[in-house]
Amino acid sequence: MFDALSDRLDRIAGRLRSRGRLSEQDLDEALQEIRTALLEADVEVGVVRAFLDGVRARLAGTELSKALSPGQQVVKAVHEQLIDALGGETLKITYASRPPTVVLLAGLQGAGKTTAAAKLARWFKQQGRNPLLVAADLQRPAAVEQLRVLGEQIGVSVYSEPSDPVAVATGGVAEAQRLGRDVVILDTAGRLAIDEALMDEVARVSAATDPSYTFLVIDAMTGQDAVATASAFHERLALDGVILTKLDGDARGGAALSVKGVTGRPIAFASTGEKVEDLDVFHPDRMADRILGMGDVLSLIEQAERTMDAEVVAKSAGRLLDGTFTLDDFLEQLGQVRKMGSMGGLMRLMPGMSKEMRSAADQLDDREIDRVEAIVRSMTPAERRDPSVIDGSRRRRIAQGAGRSVQDVNQLLNQFRQMQKMMKSMGPMAGMGGGKGKTAMAKQLLGRGPKPDMAEIEAALGGQIPGRKGAGGLPAELTQAGRGAGGAASSSNARGTAKGKKKKGGRVTPRKER
Amino acid sequence: MATLIISIVVALLVLAAIVGLLVRARRAERAEQVTEKTPEQPATPPPEPVAPAGQAADEEIPGAPEEPAEEAPPAYKDRLGKSRGLFASVRARIGRGRLDEDAIADLEEALLRSDVGVATTDQILATVRAAALEQRVDGDDALVELVRTELVSLLETAPDGGPVDRSLSREVDDGRVPVWLFVGVNGVGKTTTIGKLATRESNEGLRVLLAAGDTFRAAAADQLGLWAERAGAEIVRGAEGGDPSSVVFDAVQAAGARGADLVLADTAGRLHTKVNLVEELKKIRRVADREPGQVVEVLLVLDATTGQNAVSQAREFSEAVDATGVVLTKLDGTARGGVVVAISRELGLPVKLVGLGEGAADLVPFDPASFVDALLEP
Repeated sequence: MFDALSDRLDRIAGRLRSRGRLSEQDLDEALQEIRTALLEADVEVGVVRAFLDGVRARLAGTELSKALSPGQQVVKAVHEQLIDALGGETLKITYASRPPTVVLLAGLQGAGKTTAAAKLARWFKQQGRNPLLVAADLQRPAAVEQLRVLGEQIGVSVYSEPSDPVAVATGGVAEAQRLGRDVVILDTAGRLAIDEALMDEVARVSAATDPSYTFLVIDAMTGQDAVATASAFHERLALDGVILTKLDGDARGGAALSVKGVTGRPIAFASTGEKVEDLDVFHPDRMADRILGMGDVLSLIEQAERTMDAEVVAKSAGRLLDGTFTLDDFLEQLGQVRKMGSMGGLMRLMPGMSKEMRSAADQLDDREIDRVEAIVRSMTPAERRDPSVIDGSRRRRIAQGAGRSVQDVNQLLNQFRQMQKMMKSMGPMAGMGGGKGKTAMAKQLLGRGPKPDMAEIEAALGGQIPGRKGAGGLPAELTQAGRGAGGAASSSNARGTAKGKKKKGGRVTPRKER
Repeated sequence: MATLIISIVVALLVLAAIVGLLVRARRAERAEQVTEKTPEQPATPPPEPVAPAGQAADEEIPGAPEEPAEEAPPAYKDRLGKSRGLFASVRARIGRGRLDEDAIADLEEALLRSDVGVATTDQILATVRAAALEQRVDGDDALVELVRTELVSLLETAPDGGPVDRSLSREVDDGRVPVWLFVGVNGVGKTTTIGKLATRESNEGLRVLLAAGDTFRAAAADQLGLWAERAGAEIVRGAEGGDPSSVVFDAVQAAGARGADLVLADTAGRLHTKVNLVEELKKIRRVADREPGQVVEVLLVLDATTGQNAVSQAREFSEAVDATGVVLTKLDGTARGGVVVAISRELGLPVKLVGLGEGAADLVPFDPASFVDALLEP
């Protein structure tokens, strides 16, 4: 979503990092460029001004760090300011002492409230709660029906009645009490912030149901208007947070930065796709990293450690780094990767990925993994151990066995080799020579405060993380490789709904809590 | 290509997992940090017991579209969102005097706030500066007039220099039925716009048929069905989760067989960045263009609150399905919709219709002069 802004800031950051000294003029120029980048990203004019003032203040206040160059300091200041602008701390949901916990969703027409309501219900369910959905949008044709269908999909009942929104809302809360539900999610009609009558109405719904959480649902593509809308809703409803929707697009996303600026409320959730699973808790620090092109390594790590089998992985990692990673290993890991969900989502988390690669990865779906797997399985164990023995006739046999063309087999082998070489060259990066290295790293990380941040990981890995400028970045081939990517799967239904599976693109959804 | 990505993902994940292994121990120890909210007030006395049908089917479908107003469509100016005085500060600063850098800064802010974008703003500022040098800007009225002229000209000039065609065509070859296809990202107002148009065209005496081409969104066909009922139009729908192209195909065949005058085809909202979905859309257009159908309008529906992303949307959809025009919706809010200036300037795509509310009558033809006036109103 923030790709364009990210690319721009990435370039600015790159230039700044390499500078030894920074004159006043250099700073002004850099900040001017950042201003343009933010404006083009739809950040509201006033918020941009405040942001840059904040950056200047940060720079004025900090002492000259011995560890970072002036350029790096500017980037650090921008980074920190961004984290602040995006919400500071992650919002944690606490539940009402007297159930049910009422959650009210409000916003403009078309923002995605109804879909968000269903997603939230599913999320609460995953948290072990027992939610009830209340369809209080009586304005939009078939809105109640839409919520009903979604409710059925996720196994959450939906309450509604053909009266008026306030009655439906209070009726819903009463029903939840009667049924012993501990969370109530109120979907309301879209309304303009300047529509007095409708704003009164939603204020009455709020007064009648006393929500624990009132979320403004806002579209990530919103332009300068984000501020006007957010302020107006905040004034009438005292928002607790914001749900940002349609983040799977390429919208610059300035609305995210603006909204916190004017309401002082954090972005609680991020909606990253049309399917009901596509909802994540919003992490401002990780988002800030993405804007600045640093990828989202922390999420990646979390995902990896949650889903992958530690022993298997440890073995493979060693072989990967000294270039003895075989196709068998690859096959094994492929299975692990499947567990982690959408490829597009994973790619987004990786640092140093070019725009083309990211968009190519977005289009990737499980079928591609199937195809690759089929080819590898078509090989004999000997062939997998040593692909150099695979001559022309073997290639044909493999291709036939997998139902693919010889070109596909060639491509796989070439690219696997490429990947092997690349990983080997990254070996020094990990500095994980053996037990001693790992223990030292562990001690360092364990010794610190609550959360490892980028600096610590960087230090632990010997100052090298792929994608960070000035470090051992991913080779240029990677960023070039994005060209000419992605054929579209022309199925009869591109969303795969009839088959009922496959997530496309979007972020990886959080797994069930242990 | 795909293989490379997969390989890289695998490799990087393996490495990531290693790092993860190391921090896992500490993570497990770390206590949950919960932000305390103030304890809830005791619940207010329960409202009057309502005996709702609860999960039972509703007697009456809520939210049927309202009766259309009998009078003429709302006057443009009356329905546009009340201006927040975007240009008030500019006017105040200039007053009767000359243009200085502060005034230019104010002007820049005002323009940016209307979502016209950095490039268009820069272009206008350049014009204003040039005029100021030639002493042609004398006072606030002159300035606003200059900006107004620039903006209108950007909206009214087609890239080839010819006149901008804002009409909606129904001209087809013999024996064919005109099809208007509606495309756009999620939540912009495609279905509602179709409902409004169906009402309008039906009132003109046309036999209108709606194609429920959104087979993805829950209850989308129901929503369109309600509009069809209200407008007195026919509708062809398919199974939810089914193939949208088949629905559109069936609809067009039916239109031909029944002698309909116009087919309005709805499609599911889709982000222009999703290649598969854009391919699906291309197929829908191809299918709709087969006899007896003839696609004569492909209308990109844009939400006026959208920022610069609207330009990307316009570019991608235009390229994919050859958009013929834009419907700009939700202009009755606070958003200015200035992004259509950028779209006009860069892509030459004309705005044909403007949506001013959720009711059947809330649709008017686009008029550049009125639009710009509303943008600049103090």
